[in-house]
Amino acid sequence: MSATNTLSGLTADQPGTTKLFNTGAPRPAFRLFVAVVILLILVALPFFLAPYPLSLAGRALAFGLLVVSVDLLTGVMGMPSLGQVAYFGAGAYTAGLVGIHLSSSGLVQLLIGTLAGAALALLTGAVAVRTAGIVFLMITLAIGELAHIGVDSLSVVGASNGLAGIPPVSVLPGGEPLTVPGYLYWWVLAVFVIGFCAAVILNRSPLGRSMRGVRDGELRLRALGQNTYSVKLIAYTIAGGVAGAAGTAWVAQTQFISPGDLGFDMAAFALLSVVLGGAGSLWGPVIGAGLVIFVRDWLGGYIEGRGTLLLGVVFVIAVYVLPRGVAGIKGRSLRRKSSDS
Amino acid sequence: MTTTDTSILDIRDLTLSFGSLTAVDRVTLRVDEGARHALIGPNGAGKSTLFGVLAGRLRATSGQIFFNGQDVTALSEAERARNGLVRTFQHSSLFLGMSVLDNVGLAVERSTSQPKRPWPSRRRDRAVTDAAMTHLESVGLLSRPSALCGALSHGERRQVEVAMVLACEPRMVLFDEPTAGMSVAETNRFAEIVESLPRKVTVVVVEHDLDIVFRLAERVSVLAAGKLIADGTPEEIRTNDAVQEAYLGTSSNEALFGAAS
Ligand SMILES: Nc1ncnc2c1ncn2[C@@H]1O[C@H](COP(=O)(O)OP(=O)(O)OP(=O)(O)O)[C@@H](O)[C@H]1O
Ligand SMILES: [Mg+2]
Repeated sequence: MSATNTLSGLTADQPGTTKLFNTGAPRPAFRLFVAVVILLILVALPFFLAPYPLSLAGRALAFGLLVVSVDLLTGVMGMPSLGQVAYFGAGAYTAGLVGIHLSSSGLVQLLIGTLAGAALALLTGAVAVRTAGIVFLMITLAIGELAHIGVDSLSVVGASNGLAGIPPVSVLPGGEPLTVPGYLYWWVLAVFVIGFCAAVILNRSPLGRSMRGVRDGELRLRALGQNTYSVKLIAYTIAGGVAGAAGTAWVAQTQFISPGDLGFDMAAFALLSVVLGGAGSLWGPVIGAGLVIFVRDWLGGYIEGRGTLLLGVVFVIAVYVLPRGVAGIKGRSLRRKSSDS
Repeated sequence: MTTTDTSILDIRDLTLSFGSLTAVDRVTLRVDEGARHALIGPNGAGKSTLFGVLAGRLRATSGQIFFNGQDVTALSEAERARNGLVRTFQHSSLFLGMSVLDNVGLAVERSTSQPKRPWPSRRRDRAVTDAAMTHLESVGLLSRPSALCGALSHGERRQVEVAMVLACEPRMVLFDEPTAGMSVAETNRFAEIVESLPRKVTVVVVEHDLDIVFRLAERVSVLAAGKLIADGTPEEIRTNDAVQEAYLGTSSNEALFGAAS
């Protein structure tokens, strides 16, 4: 019986094997085309949107990058986390402080904010990644809450009032401040694209493969001789850097950051976006993030702050309709196609 | 350190207890470098547990393990694997959500490249892929490198296991029932792979298929109820009364080894 299984498996796969590395995904050229089209739409948004929806789009992009960092841990490495808001906050507060005291350059703020996120992730991750599963989730929750309480009680960063008076960013040091909403949005979009590309590059690297190895069988990876602790810590640090970059984009967009922006609901919404979008795919969770911001801040605006409730409803529906998230739709249509042929 | 002569693996008084159950009971055994060694014994004899202790997944209750002249008793599983001591798993343990190529690629990458580099490198990654394809070719899985491991048949998964350990550049491989679930052709292919391994690679195989045992092994050890009850050439084991008694509860030579001769 097993022999016939082997045979039927082989013949079924035969047509796809003419190309050695056909992974069942669409052709790279096609993916590139879709990516360019989406990028062009995003770039063109300022020509169609009024200032308020445009600022919402900017915030969605910053939040989307935070979600990408959560997805690197949750989807790619298989370690669901609620702690990325801490590194998001580190990036945001650092960028704000740099903006007030040092330089209004977005590039400088991006660089220092990213490093701050990564450094804090390295410090806290050294303990956190020793754990797994629900313990890891709880520890990262604690990290997020500690960051929240920390800035809430720190008067140099405005305590519970938040950090106000952040000047508008310019791109280069001494450059023109980006006061036009469209230009500001483009800067946020640029940070998002840089961060997203970093995540894509990581995902295709040997470390990305090792991260998926941790997800699918950490013990097996150890049996191959891999020190999985260092894999997890490096990945955690990079994800912290991505979250830090997202924080700088958020501050550039809003010119304000308060403890509320790194609260538990932010962490929960980020994880929710990953689940909605499809953990493990990088673009799916970004769409999930857009959906979450749209429902909470846009639709929610029409029904008097019931955005969170509405999100709960969307989530329940999504789990039934799209069990594998937005990214699962593509896989489904592909599978249908292959069973037709 | 303290070992002499040609043995690569030197096990001394190794014991492992699960509570009151002593799964490995004061096992003392030497395996020569380059040996083709079989470990047999009835179900529940402790063969897989012994492999687990040797590979470092399980901590020995007492006793010592020397590998390649070095006391590795306190080393972690990953450290032992990096020293060249690897094993396959009785119940296939693969990265099921990843492709066949990625599974073997992880092993190649760990032993020959940079598994923690966070950006791709065309040349180096190409070399890893090529090496992984070579290993897949040797186990006969070249036709579908991009299939997900979770979609493979049982026998194919066993073959991926074999490709993975060989990709670790091992000095010693512990195969735990490698041919269980393989078809006749796949089993034969496995035997050919072991026969074609260079002599610098030492092989210990736990196997219930006695045809394979007598085809591959130059020396056979028998484990029963955690104890090593016999150790010798296949001929000596064939005619050993204690082995037959423990192994099948029968002293009939025919019942036990008839099929193999
Ligand atoms: N994790 C564990 N906890 C408790 N007892 C265990 C554990 N693993 C194995 N055992 C017991 O230890 C004994 C040896 O088991 P082991 O799997 O090593 O046998 P084996 O020789 O490999 O058998 P088989 O031929 O069936 O694979 C058995 O009695 C088993 O029930
Ligand atoms: Mg066993």
